[in-house]
Amino acid sequence: MKYAYYPGCSLEKTQRGYDESVREIFKILDQELVEIDDWNCCGATIYMSVKETVSLAVSSRNLALAEKMNMEILAPCSSCYTVLSKTNRILNSIPEMHKDVNEALSEAGLSYSGKTKIRHPLDVLMNDVGIETIISKIKKNLNGLKIAPYYGCQIVRPEKGFDDFENPILLDQMFKKCGAEIIYYPMKVRCCGGMLMTTFEETALKLNKELLSCAVENGAEAIVTTCPLCHFNLEAYQGKINELYNTNCNIPILYFTQLLGIALGIDGKKLGIDGSFIPMTQKISSLMEVQYA
Amino acid sequence: MKVDEIPEKLAKKESELRYAFLEQVKAIPGGEKIKACIQCGTCTGSCPVSYTMDISPRELIALFRAGDMATIMNSRTIWICASCYSCQTRCPSGIKITDIVYALKRTAMEKNYLSGKAKHVQILANLFIQNLMSYGRLHEGTLIRKFYTKTSIGKLFKMIPLGRIMYKKNRVAILPKKIKAYESLSNIIKKAQEIELRIAKERLEYSPEFVGYKGLGEMQLESRKGE
Repeated sequence: MKYAYYPGCSLEKTQRGYDESVREIFKILDQELVEIDDWNCCGATIYMSVKETVSLAVSSRNLALAEKMNMEILAPCSSCYTVLSKTNRILNSIPEMHKDVNEALSEAGLSYSGKTKIRHPLDVLMNDVGIETIISKIKKNLNGLKIAPYYGCQIVRPEKGFDDFENPILLDQMFKKCGAEIIYYPMKVRCCGGMLMTTFEETALKLNKELLSCAVENGAEAIVTTCPLCHFNLEAYQGKINELYNTNCNIPILYFTQLLGIALGIDGKKLGIDGSFIPMTQKISSLMEVQYA
Repeated sequence: MKVDEIPEKLAKKESELRYAFLEQVKAIPGGEKIKACIQCGTCTGSCPVSYTMDISPRELIALFRAGDMATIMNSRTIWICASCYSCQTRCPSGIKITDIVYALKRTAMEKNYLSGKAKHVQILANLFIQNLMSYGRLHEGTLIRKFYTKTSIGKLFKMIPLGRIMYKKNRVAILPKKIKAYESLSNIIKKAQEIELRIAKERLEYSPEFVGYKGLGEMQLESRKGE
């Protein structure tokens, strides 16, 4: 299959590991990604929550570009995924909004029907490519690596999508098949606070502390994520959380596409694992056969 | 007594706030379900940040019903919502609570209720828009630098060590990148802003006798009764 790839702003540099690993595993699994030419920022949740027509028009530009390509959008960032999907829902249920948005888009010679589908890589990998195909290409057994599957909020909510609201299972299934051990992680869909880390830092730190300590106490050797914002909060603030709460967290945070890439035998550097702030444990390094400090 | 009849006579300010808010609610698919709240508190129990709110999500709806929009507008609650949608997916009445909070945020911004941390959220939102308007894509470095310069210069300095690590790991884009179709994107934004002003203008022609939930679409209410 061919997908219109929408990396989103954070994947361009800050979260390059997610972008690099998505591209690598899609290549190995013979799925073509065609990056949407000259895409723009989706507007993200913060924008969506304060200026409605403008944010709908901004995100619709991308949907209109993908419609011209006649492909489904692949959006790895949870926030982009949710914002683009929400735009679709609003345009399809409120005709006046759809009209207003098209009026704005016409300024750039574009129009949008409301029909472009938005997909998350977890959905595509499990439902289009299929776990059997993935398993057939696995080169390395994850050898009982204990992982906490962390789904976050925006790929499972607000609408019923490709997995369950309260107890999603696709990550669990994927990595169980790759030989990992899935720890009991009741916080799998609990919020990390997202942008609260900027506006209400103390609250966000507490949320992340709970996510981290639940994983560590249940024996996880890594947390597997699906969202750039969750990933950054969990990764970059461990030191601060340790200081504030007198904890001792030092747990690697991996994108699910990075861990899957390791199982597919892709070089860690190609998966952007060299960009991690937290050093990989010996066990993970031995799976990659290289030490990334 | 029917819910539609409760707030018979409202102060002008309250009436205006309700009107502005309900106009926002109309733009939410399924927004009219706010009428079906049974005050069970599932939203509050599901919210990961309700412990730090001054008014719980359940109380937001209770206050709205009681005709006290001003208290809601001045609350910390609407600004600390992180959009995790836990309340929304669990609500037994199908109320789009997170979207309702968005509508409250927009109303507060429109009516200039911006005390304390609300100001920070607004600054962040405005800088975000500026950033998008200037480049077409978000440049996180510029956004964070400008945000802390405006809100807390001390925190900007505290961000330096993290910035260094990110730089070392090749995770910092030093300069923002403009998209090629930058001009046409700003034309789209300008037009959308014009449309937004037009909608806001139409909104101002509210009726002073405006009460309760009226105007939220009687037809949709009918369909709920038939469920």
